[in-house]
This record gives sequence, structure tokens and C-alpha cells, in this order.
Amino acid sequence: MGMHKKRRINAVLFHLGACVLGFFMIYPLLWLAASSFKSNDTMFLDTYSLIPKVWDVVTNYSSGFAGISGVKFVTFFANSLMVTVIGTVGCVLTSLLAAYALSRIKFKFSGFWFGCVMMTMMIPPQVMVVPQYIILKKINLIDTRTALVLPWIFGGAFFIFLMVQFFRGIPRELDEAAEIDGCGKIKTLFLILVPVVKPAIITSSIFSFYWIWQDFFQPLIFMNSVDRFTIPLALNMYLDPNSYNNYGGLFAMSVISLLPVIIFFIIFQRYLVDGIAMDGIKG
Amino acid sequence: MKSKKKRAVIKPADNVVAYLLMAPWLVGFIGMWLIPAVISIYYSFTDFNLLNTPKIIGLANYIRAFTQDKTFVQALKVTFSYVLILVPLRLAFALFVAMLLNKKHMCLGLYRTLYYVPSIIGGSIAVSVVWKQIFGNKGVFMTLLSVFGINQATSLLGNPKTALSVIILMGVWQFGSSMLIFLSALKQIPYSLYESAMVDGARPSYTFFRITLPMLTPTIFFNLILQIINGFRVFTESYVITDGGPLDSTLSYVLYLYRRAFTYFDMGYSCALAWILVAIIAVFTVIIFKTQKNWVYYESEEG
Repeated sequence: MGMHKKRRINAVLFHLGACVLGFFMIYPLLWLAASSFKSNDTMFLDTYSLIPKVWDVVTNYSSGFAGISGVKFVTFFANSLMVTVIGTVGCVLTSLLAAYALSRIKFKFSGFWFGCVMMTMMIPPQVMVVPQYIILKKINLIDTRTALVLPWIFGGAFFIFLMVQFFRGIPRELDEAAEIDGCGKIKTLFLILVPVVKPAIITSSIFSFYWIWQDFFQPLIFMNSVDRFTIPLALNMYLDPNSYNNYGGLFAMSVISLLPVIIFFIIFQRYLVDGIAMDGIKG
Repeated sequence: MKSKKKRAVIKPADNVVAYLLMAPWLVGFIGMWLIPAVISIYYSFTDFNLLNTPKIIGLANYIRAFTQDKTFVQALKVTFSYVLILVPLRLAFALFVAMLLNKKHMCLGLYRTLYYVPSIIGGSIAVSVVWKQIFGNKGVFMTLLSVFGINQATSLLGNPKTALSVIILMGVWQFGSSMLIFLSALKQIPYSLYESAMVDGARPSYTFFRITLPMLTPTIFFNLILQIINGFRVFTESYVITDGGPLDSTLSYVLYLYRRAFTYFDMGYSCALAWILVAIIAVFTVIIFKTQKNWVYYESEEG
């Protein structure tokens, strides 16, 4: 009996603690959602409350979508979507091809190139941004959406590493059987191996989607024209009280910017959790 | 053994296929890393503002940083405090929560998901916006304090003494991915180790310090390196929430580098700053690698 009671109390304490922590973890998000539904003039009366005193579902969102500097928010959304989709597809495909070569084919200097991949993971991309800016300026690519895609479509060390790890866990007999059946290397990759490494591909796609979607540093440096801005740059403009004094609109569009991220998270949760657990690499 | 030797022979056809497959990455590596790196090293020895032709001035940029530039020293201080406080705090907290979640309870999946969400969205502008509103002037935190009768003249973000802690707190808030990594590492510790400890009547603290922690050191090692590298990159928070202020108390290294390059167009100097950052990260990485034999436990060594 005593044991049982003690265990019960422990369980209650655990859930109590876990829920309190969970509340603090999620509070900023709930706060953002709630604030996007508060009317602008009552917003700062009860800032902390998660239930709006006066519900206003329309004004903030319509003023947010109306945009800034004559550019509608939908344009920012379209820019972000385009850059993110092209960037993600390029990034994952390039990483897949490189990871396949590095883990499945013996070739000259393969160890050296793998070392280079790992090295790019160690050097912050911010270090390269000044020379990249100068090069892009020389070839007239500054302030184009191409400039936003370029840092991504050549693959990423994180994804190459993740996929190499995954490939290493797959028995080689699979490739050898395919080879005996007359498949070339590339055919083997796409017909035999891609279905097997699908989880790694999905994980990589979602992470790369997130990173490109939320990327702020590179767009901030590469872009000048408002009509080519991505969502993070647009939100940064909404934040400037001199050009846009409307917290409601800012909060509403912040919610919109997080929607794709949250939706993907709900759908692909399992892949994200497994992917992180698998290679233990993402800080 | 024999078959392994055979496989080590490189077929010329494989070479061609492999380099074809590697080609897109190689183009990026050369175009986005190698060439920029070379250019950047060159510029770091020059005086260059985008309009003039770069003038070689030797080590002057590097000397200027360490001898004349007080803001550089301030940015270094801020970034070191940020990294050295945040990384241990976040790892410790992640491990603590992972240990709690590594037992049999209901709703574990739900908690795990809840705690992981901030890591997913943490880098976005939206979250920085929220953080600014919560801890800023007239924000949630100040209003709540005043409800309890504590009225303050400045917000946590407005006070140079506390502003950086708010940004560090935001980093700790994103402990979820480290927690997931610890959780999966905890699950891989053989249960037999704990069983024999239980038979010996070991106390929980003993089991933790003698079994759990040593078995986790490879995970901690790997994450320490990656989080330190990531920590030195902090930019968005510093830029969006406080713009480096008040009184440069949250001026991160990358924000300072950005300002040097794109506000003052001091390109040569900012390239030097970039390489100083690489050197700092390299020193940290080397130190952690060198000391790993003293604290990282690898199963195979003990046989």
C-alpha cells in the first residue's frame, strides 16, 4: 500500500511539473496567437492574458495582409515559398547524390572530400558572407531571388552527414544484388536505395525547409527591393516603428509566418524526432 | 579480409560516376566556400570599402581589432558570456528533463513534443518579436510585476545589466533538440549496467555519476562542439530584439561584423573579424578535442 501511494504521489508531482514546464514552453506561442486577435487599442491593457478581452479577428489580419511600402503580404509569402521550395529540393537532391557517392562508392580522394564536408559544418556561414556579397555584386545577382537560393542548392553538410549515416546502416548486399541484375550506380540509387533512405530524405527536407523559410541573415544582406523580400525581412520591416506602427498587424503576420512550420511539424513529427535522435547532431 | 582488399581497388568507371554525383556539391563548395574563403583572406589584409581598389595594409586590420577597437572587445565579451553561459545551461537542463522523461509515465510523447516545439521555431523572426514584447517596455513581464505591486522604471531588455540574460533565456528555452538527443542516448545505455548497480545497492546519485553520465559523455562531447559553434553565430536575437543595445550590452560578434561590413562598408576589416571568429571557434574545438581523453568515455577502450 505504502509503495503504491508513494508511486502515485510521484506520478502526480511528475505530471504537475511537466505541465508547468510545458506551459512555459508554449506560452510565447499562445501569447502570439492571442495577441493577434486582440484589438490594437486594448492590446497593452492586459498584455499577459491569453484570452483577448475584446476579440477582433479581422482588423489585425487584414491590416497585416495589406502589407507595407505598397507591397502586399502575399507577395512576401510567395517569395518565401518560391525560395524555400527551390532551395529545399536543390539542397536535398545535391546532398543525396553526394552522400551516396561518399558512402557507397570507392573513389579517389573520397576521404578528403568527406573531410571538406565536415569542415564546412565547422565554419559559420556568416564568415563567408562578405566575400559572397562581393562576388554576387560582381555578377549582378545581388537583390535577386537567385541569390537567396544559391547558398542552399549546393547541399548542406548537415544533410550529407545525416544521409551518409543512414546509408551506412543499409546492407551492401542490396547494391550488389542490384549490380548483378545490371543496374548502374545511378539506377541503383534511385530505384533501390531511395525508397530505403526515404526517412532520411524526409527529415532532411523538413529541416532544410525550416532553415530556408526562417533564414534572416542572408536575405538581410543580399536583398534591397521590398517587392522581393521574404517573410522574415518583411516582419523585420513591420517591426520598425517609423515605417509601420501597428503591433496587431505584426503579430498577425508573425502567426502566418509560423503556420507552415507548425503544420509541417504536426504532420512529420515522427521524422523530425527520429532524425534528431539518429545522428544526434542538431544543436 | 580478402574481399575487403579487393573492394579497395578503385574502378575508373566508379571514379567517373562518383565525381558526377559529387559535382553539384563540388560546384557549391568551390563557388560558395573555397573562392570566397581565399578572397576573404586576401581582403582581410587590405583596406577596402567596396568602392576603392583594395589597398594591402598587412596585418593592420588584425592589430586594429586587438589594440584600438573597444567595440570589438565588447562584442567579444558579450559573445563569450553568451556561449559560456548558454551552452552548459542548455545542456544541463536538457539532460535533466531527459532524465525525467526517461521513465514510464503517461503522455510522455505529448511532453516531448511540447518541449521540442521551441527548438523548431526558435530561429524565426516571429519568436524574436514575441520575446521583445514579453520582456520589453510595457511587456508581459513588466505588467505582471506591476500586478504584484512591483513597478520598475526599465524593462529587463532596457537594462544593460539584464538584457543579455533575456537573450540567454531564449536560448535555454530551445533546449528541446538537445533533450531529444539525450533521450535517445539514455535509451541506448544497457539496462544490465543499472541492474548490477541495483544489486550492489547503489544510491541514485552514484548510478548517475558512475553509469549514466559517463555513458553519455560521447553525446555531450559532440553536442558541446556543435552548440559552441552555433552559439558564436548568434545574430537574429541580438539584431531583432535589442539591436545590440542597451549600451552594446547585447552586441553579438556577428552583429558587430555585420555592422562593420554593411553599415560602415569596412569590408577589409570585417573580413579580418570573420577570420578571428574562425580562429576562436577553432581554438575551442581543438581544446575540447584535446581534453576528450580525460572525460569522454568510449566503450571500446575498456574492451
